[in-house]
Amino acid sequence: MSSPTTTYYVPESSRWPIIASIALFLMALGAAGTINALESDGQGVSHWLLIAGALLMIWVVFRWFAGVIRESQLGLYSDQIDRSFRWGMSWFIFSEVMFFAAFFGALFYVRNFAVPWLGGEGDKAIANQLWQGFSAQWPLMQTPDMERFPGPQEVISPWGIPLLNTVLLLSSSVTLTIAHKSLKLGDRDRVQTWLGVTILLGLCFLGFQIEEYIVAYTELGLTLQAGIYGATFFILTGFHGAHVTLGTVMLIIIFIRVLKGHFSADNHFGFEAVSWYWHFVDVVWVGLFLFVYIL
Amino acid sequence: MSSTQAMTSHHATPPSGLMRWLLTTNHKDIGTLYLIFSLTMFFAGGTMALVIRAELFQPGLQFVQPEFFNQMTTMHGLIMVFGAVMPAFVGLANWMVPMMIGAPDMALPRMNNWSFWILPFAFSLMFMTLFMEGGAPNFGWTFYAPLSTTYAPPSVTYFIFAVHMMGISSIMGAINIIATILNLRAPGMRMMDMPLFVWTWLITAFLLIAAMPVLAGVVTMMLMDIHFGTSFFDAAGGGDPVLFQHVFWFFGHPEVYIMILPAFGIVSQIIPTFARKRLFGYTSMVWATSSIALLSFIVWAHHMFTVGLPLVGELFFMFSTMLIAVPTGVKVFNWVATMFRGSMTFETPMLFSLAFVVLFTIGGFSGLMLAIAPADFQYHDTYFVVAHFHYVLVPGAVFSIMAAVYYWLPKWTGRYYDETMGKWHFWLSFIGVNLTFFPMHFIGLAGMPRRIPDYALQFADFNMVASVGAFMFGLSQLLFIYNIVQCVREGDPADKRVWEGSQGLEWSLPSPAPYHSFSEPPDTKVALLLTKGGR
Ligand code: HEM
Ligand SMILES: [Cu+2]
Repeated sequence: MSSPTTTYYVPESSRWPIIASIALFLMALGAAGTINALESDGQGVSHWLLIAGALLMIWVVFRWFAGVIRESQLGLYSDQIDRSFRWGMSWFIFSEVMFFAAFFGALFYVRNFAVPWLGGEGDKAIANQLWQGFSAQWPLMQTPDMERFPGPQEVISPWGIPLLNTVLLLSSSVTLTIAHKSLKLGDRDRVQTWLGVTILLGLCFLGFQIEEYIVAYTELGLTLQAGIYGATFFILTGFHGAHVTLGTVMLIIIFIRVLKGHFSADNHFGFEAVSWYWHFVDVVWVGLFLFVYIL
Repeated sequence: MSSTQAMTSHHATPPSGLMRWLLTTNHKDIGTLYLIFSLTMFFAGGTMALVIRAELFQPGLQFVQPEFFNQMTTMHGLIMVFGAVMPAFVGLANWMVPMMIGAPDMALPRMNNWSFWILPFAFSLMFMTLFMEGGAPNFGWTFYAPLSTTYAPPSVTYFIFAVHMMGISSIMGAINIIATILNLRAPGMRMMDMPLFVWTWLITAFLLIAAMPVLAGVVTMMLMDIHFGTSFFDAAGGGDPVLFQHVFWFFGHPEVYIMILPAFGIVSQIIPTFARKRLFGYTSMVWATSSIALLSFIVWAHHMFTVGLPLVGELFFMFSTMLIAVPTGVKVFNWVATMFRGSMTFETPMLFSLAFVVLFTIGGFSGLMLAIAPADFQYHDTYFVVAHFHYVLVPGAVFSIMAAVYYWLPKWTGRYYDETMGKWHFWLSFIGVNLTFFPMHFIGLAGMPRRIPDYALQFADFNMVASVGAFMFGLSQLLFIYNIVQCVREGDPADKRVWEGSQGLEWSLPSPAPYHSFSEPPDTKVALLLTKGGR
């Protein structure tokens, strides 16, 4: 409660949320239909619904944010609203943490309980009765049923691309912090430089990750179908990659906004929100590097 | 009324007709939308429950095929949990939290609109599955793998995306509530001055943000297993179907507290009003609520005692579960102590609250029985579990919602409901609920499994009683609608205070409350005085 506000600002009614709901509905309907159609021969219109929904959503998000930016530049927002945005973003990031926690939890459970039990070790070794001859190992190269889930021939060494990617992402956090510091000092040229470097680092990360996936699929036999190692590997790195992609897109938007001169030294929540998000993605990567690649 | 005009004058008048509701950013409009949506879902889910009870009226197959019966139990559970109970609480939070803390509106009003309007679409998706090839989801509201993966109907994909949408809606709603409470309190109102409904919602919102993403995670893994060849829940690839249950219940148990903590808050507002005393043990209530919330993350496997957990697991989850009974007991004690030597009157909200205290406690006790791991080997997956969770959810969560509606309806509409009709609604519901669910304890202990359309002859009598009770309860809810409609249309005008013993900021606003609750922060001293009493 720094400065007591005298009046509150409440936005007028808005058409963006309802359009966004429709977009979300089209996306969900389209995605479900498209995915179901993968297994059948009929194609249908589902993928068009999905595309239409996604385009509509992109449009809404742009317009919605544009409106918010305009209001902010008109000076309609008090400190209090700024704090609401901050709380909102922080809790959103917390929800993302919990989303990843579900997959990390699955990985820990599988490694420490499910696979050893299947292999006849520990408390519930009886599970081995179903798959006699299966022995536990991690990474799981030999799955219990190699016909349905052919295990990978090889897994990815942490000390090649993953290590490089760790360096890239960690340094991107540093460059972003430098950009932020420069913004606070009001040095726009430096902000642009360091923000630009951050974006490049993010893009490099993504490029290497694509490369890694290609190698995994074409050379190592490490696929989604390769048993539980492949499943946990791809769900964790895949969702992380999706978040890096989103983060990079947001960084690019922030970059454009810097060029347009949207941010001032003491009013730049949009910038900060994106940088929080980027640091969060970075922290998740450290967890991935440790638990998916090294250990 | 002059103050009302001053408040609304500097805002453009809202669009009229349908557009007002589609575009609104007003916490009261959105609250109303949530509540109406919830009531609609309550009747939709209720109809499915009556299909179930009609089939179970007698042993043998009468009305529906087993396949359809399974779809009904699944859809009933999902709709009641995600469509009726949760949105009702969010609707109440929307209406009441800003008014109780002296705020103009919710912190993020446009996002508030989005949170709501996702829901009708999500449920459209859910209802569409009923008409799809292979039928609606039939694997139970807990959608255990492999029933929901290997053996699921194709509509499961739609179900997964519907769940994602509900999750997005809940998370955004919760973020909004937290931001409102942390940031928009009247100047001078400290956390420990907040009314308990606000406190319980703050903690519920935290639970939502922590639990819903895990639900999103588990349905995503399902989607991958079904369509993209992963083996999270398939031992043939090194996964484990039990993993599904762990992740699901890591969400699921906090979820049941999401459905009861706001109820605790409501009852803690109502009982002091009608006992004309301050709430006994405010501080201990806050601590009890917080510890229930934290504990709720380390008890999940009490739903899985019979699945084959290691012994240490059974013991850990048994004792941690029993621990929850301690803060729960503190709460019940405080409610009773509040009433002790109070000058009580028994208007409809109070009747529902009293029934809540008694019947919820019965549900708590059966929960304690279920928490005893060795005993649960007998109770698990029987009607005893059904009795347990319906006692905590129907005369628990649902009664608290009804109590809240009767309690605040005069504030919302500016009119009183008909007290006599309210009492009729209460007594018929009270008898109906107990007739329906009490016998389920007995047939459960005697061994009748849950989720089956047919049963052995010795369970016939109690099932018949339960079905009669269910129809009685269901039909009495028509009275609820009647009472609301008749209050809105021709109730006697209500004054500011509404109830003789009511305390708190919301009662300092006129009835009906103005469109924007507080356009200026209320006077600090008045605010404090009022909330001190209100808590
Ligand atoms: C004193 C507090 C409580 C304890 C000790 C407790 C304990 C338990 C246990 C051990 C089970 C598993 C039974 C089994 O499947 O064999 C269970 C099931 C359940 N409980 Fe509770 N419970 C408590 C309060 C609540 C509350 C407050 C709610 C909701 C508002 C709730 C909702 C449920 C539901 C929905 C299920 C069944 C889920 C299913 O299998 O479909 N419980 N409870
Ligand atoms: Cu539980």
